Amino acid sequence: MRQPVAPAVFDDVDRRIVNALQGGFPLVPRPYAAAAEALGLAEDELIARIGALTASGVLSRFGPMFDAEKAGGAVSLAAMVVPADRFDEVAAVLMEMPAIAHNYERCHTLNMWFVIATETRAGIGAAQREIEKKTGLKVLLFPKVREYFIGMRVEA
Amino acid sequence: MTDTALDTLDRALVAATQEGLPLTPTPYADVAARIGTTEADVIARLARLLDAGIVRRIGAVPNHYRLGLSHNGMTVWDVADAEVDRLGALIGALDFVTHCYRRPRALPDWPYNLFAMVHGRSRDEVEAKRAEIAALLGTAVRGSDILYSTRILKKTGLRIVG
Repeated sequence: MRQPVAPAVFDDVDRRIVNALQGGFPLVPRPYAAAAEALGLAEDELIARIGALTASGVLSRFGPMFDAEKAGGAVSLAAMVVPADRFDEVAAVLMEMPAIAHNYERCHTLNMWFVIATETRAGIGAAQREIEKKTGLKVLLFPKVREYFIGMRVEA
Repeated sequence: MTDTALDTLDRALVAATQEGLPLTPTPYADVAARIGTTEADVIARLARLLDAGIVRRIGAVPNHYRLGLSHNGMTVWDVADAEVDRLGALIGALDFVTHCYRRPRALPDWPYNLFAMVHGRSRDEVEAKRAEIAALLGTAVRGSDILYSTRILKKTGLRIVG
């Protein structure tokens, strides 16, 4: 459950791959070959390195990143005030629910923050009620009203 | 919604790729074989989904923690509703802000309507970035806070289908 503390070890070629390929992967029959050429690498080396970066956890995955809401689904940030002596029990309830994508402990009175993602808008309220019923705690919803930017790109 | 509606094959395509593309020389042909269509159709569908914004982009999805960006702070700000869109665009344009959203307040406990996520290699780095946001927002800020994540309790990634 604890987050990994040590950063992964990777070399300059890995760094160039991570920095160059956070988007724009070619839509051609041999995309790794095309991307490899731009990086001065061989196709099989790029494939092997992406595999290794994924295996070591530097990359969560390699592929399309979807906008769940534009795909017809619903997403909401949510938060709860969880008493310290019930924290693990409540975290376990959320762990079991497929509708909960992420859950973080944060230093605030609202100390548990999570993302509810469902296939329909009604699913968000249903998940909220399910958590409230199972825990007896109030779930505050913070759905996005407007998105200003979602870069998610990061310099390796 | 009609321009963003997914048909059955689109949904199969999402299900087949949401955890990643095959690491083979011909990933689109391999996905096509799996969902029962052609390579050209997979490529055309991904291009359309990119155009519609349903696919934000295709490529490497890094894990901040494994890159050494182990400190993440959710900075939250209370600014006037009349100003939040202008200010949100300003903050969202900062290269170190990974997500920036307007969200509803939950009064009286939660007065904040602007959320900006900041990552850094140390708490000092996150604080410096928070100060940069505060300087940009200036006198528009009526209140603010930062919520550091102290533990990841669950991180399964967001599944769109299935």
